[in-house]
Amino acid sequence: MTDDPAPGARAIDDQRARRRFLTRLGALPLAATVAPARADKLRTQVRIVIAGGGAAGLTAASRLASALDGAVITVIDPRREHWYQPGFTLVASGIKPEAYPVSGTADYVPKGVQWVQEKVAEIDPEGRKVVTDAGRTFGYDYLIVALGLELNYAGIEGMDTARIGRDGLGSIYLSPAGAAATWRALSQFADKGGVGLFGRPAGEMKCAGAPLKYTFITDDHLRRRGHRGKAEIHYMAHAKTLFGVPIVAEKVRMLYADRGVKVHHEHVLQAIDLDRRIATYRTPLGTTEQAYDFINVVPPMRAPEVVRRSPLPWTEGPFAADGYAEVDRATLRHRRYPNVFAVGDVAGVPKGKTAASVKWQVPVAVDHLIGDLRGQPSTQAYNGYTSCPLITRLGQAMLIEFDYQDNLVMSFPGVIAPLEELWISWVMKTMALKPTYISMLRGRA
Amino acid sequence: MKELDPLVFLAVFQEMLGPMLWLMLGLAVLGVAAFVALLAREKGIVARRLVRAELIGLFGGVLALVIMARVSSSGFTDAGGPADWFLIALVYGLGVVATAVLAYAVMGWLAPRKAA
Repeated sequence: MTDDPAPGARAIDDQRARRRFLTRLGALPLAATVAPARADKLRTQVRIVIAGGGAAGLTAASRLASALDGAVITVIDPRREHWYQPGFTLVASGIKPEAYPVSGTADYVPKGVQWVQEKVAEIDPEGRKVVTDAGRTFGYDYLIVALGLELNYAGIEGMDTARIGRDGLGSIYLSPAGAAATWRALSQFADKGGVGLFGRPAGEMKCAGAPLKYTFITDDHLRRRGHRGKAEIHYMAHAKTLFGVPIVAEKVRMLYADRGVKVHHEHVLQAIDLDRRIATYRTPLGTTEQAYDFINVVPPMRAPEVVRRSPLPWTEGPFAADGYAEVDRATLRHRRYPNVFAVGDVAGVPKGKTAASVKWQVPVAVDHLIGDLRGQPSTQAYNGYTSCPLITRLGQAMLIEFDYQDNLVMSFPGVIAPLEELWISWVMKTMALKPTYISMLRGRA
Repeated sequence: MKELDPLVFLAVFQEMLGPMLWLMLGLAVLGVAAFVALLAREKGIVARRLVRAELIGLFGGVLALVIMARVSSSGFTDAGGPADWFLIALVYGLGVVATAVLAYAVMGWLAPRKAA
């Protein structure tokens, strides 16, 4: 966070400031040796359970492990593979190979943290315990819920994920293999042309920019192969605008007009006939059918079942229907269970469900947890910052960063303009983002 | 990326390049040291060698741009604004300077100027 710590704030921030000062002096090697010493590592026997070992869970584990000494930190997640999900779009665009997003969870579980390779089956915040599918119970003093979200493909009638990659069916979200299969289907479409359908579900979703990007990328592949004239591209927006942030929505509207993308508002994919290649959309005027040669299906998304069944979701408001955890948007602390935090996709907060959100949410939640342990409440607040390098053609992207208030936030003011199609933003997306993400998992960025 | 901490940059570059980072930093330090040592030994610049090193440096700049294009699956033809031209100039410039310094040092140590 850019906010300066309040006077008398935690020693952690003092040390950070010291480190920054030292590195500014050019004493980088000195700073590097000072940092791991962590004179203020808190001695505690607190039991912390981290439910979910994806981006948010692993980042939280790394940060807690480096700040606490003697704490019992347990990550519960059965997945051995770790997926760098921001890379899925690049795989589905033919830019990166299928293996690009894949690494191992074990690579990022920090020393001293127990990794339980079982699935969270029950969360009991009243009894302060988590039960796994193997029947083991883990009591906790603090719980960090980082269970991500569920891709609800069954919410689209007729959808079959096994057929992704065939018959013009694409869906980049499912998995690295699904993204690679989507690329094969897109490549065939780019060779022939026809009708391409794009869009997004109603409700909250991972990286709301991804469906927009993929539309731009398809347009560019068609142009590069000289078949744009033989293709129609339709973008089915679920709402009256193309993106949640008005200034970005306007920019995308202009770019779509420029690229000849036909926009249809208030269209939500309801059913799909994979054999006849017909998509059915729900609109305010009833349902409408649209034949296609290629479609990128983005499934509806919701909190995982174990969270939906627990007492943690919102009971009212925009996040209640999909069962996202009822947390305070500034602290990520549960509003009814103060010893529970939710970070990442499962958090019921507005705006981004992205890796960038994780990067800025987790340090705040962890700081509040540590503040509790120290008896010095944290003053840090998450302002909703998230970012989306919105690819507008192969080789160019707009680096879009915004917060809860729909403000554009600029990391590089005066250098990288947020609404400009730039190569440098593409370079960041393809070269710097994955290393930044991996550093985040390790608690170093 | 709201807080541009140099340590974060170091972490990111370490993830990006792995052991290559240390190899490149080592080469840079060694190259500069060899260059400076050569200047001290010869008590000045050898103009003829410098011109040759600069010529080689021009190729180094092009090479840097080619490498950049490869690893980013794109190229300088994708430039869309001033920030891009700045990046291209930076990559090219770094390639030129690094190659020229290295070439000058290598040439100097392999074929030292005859004592006047």
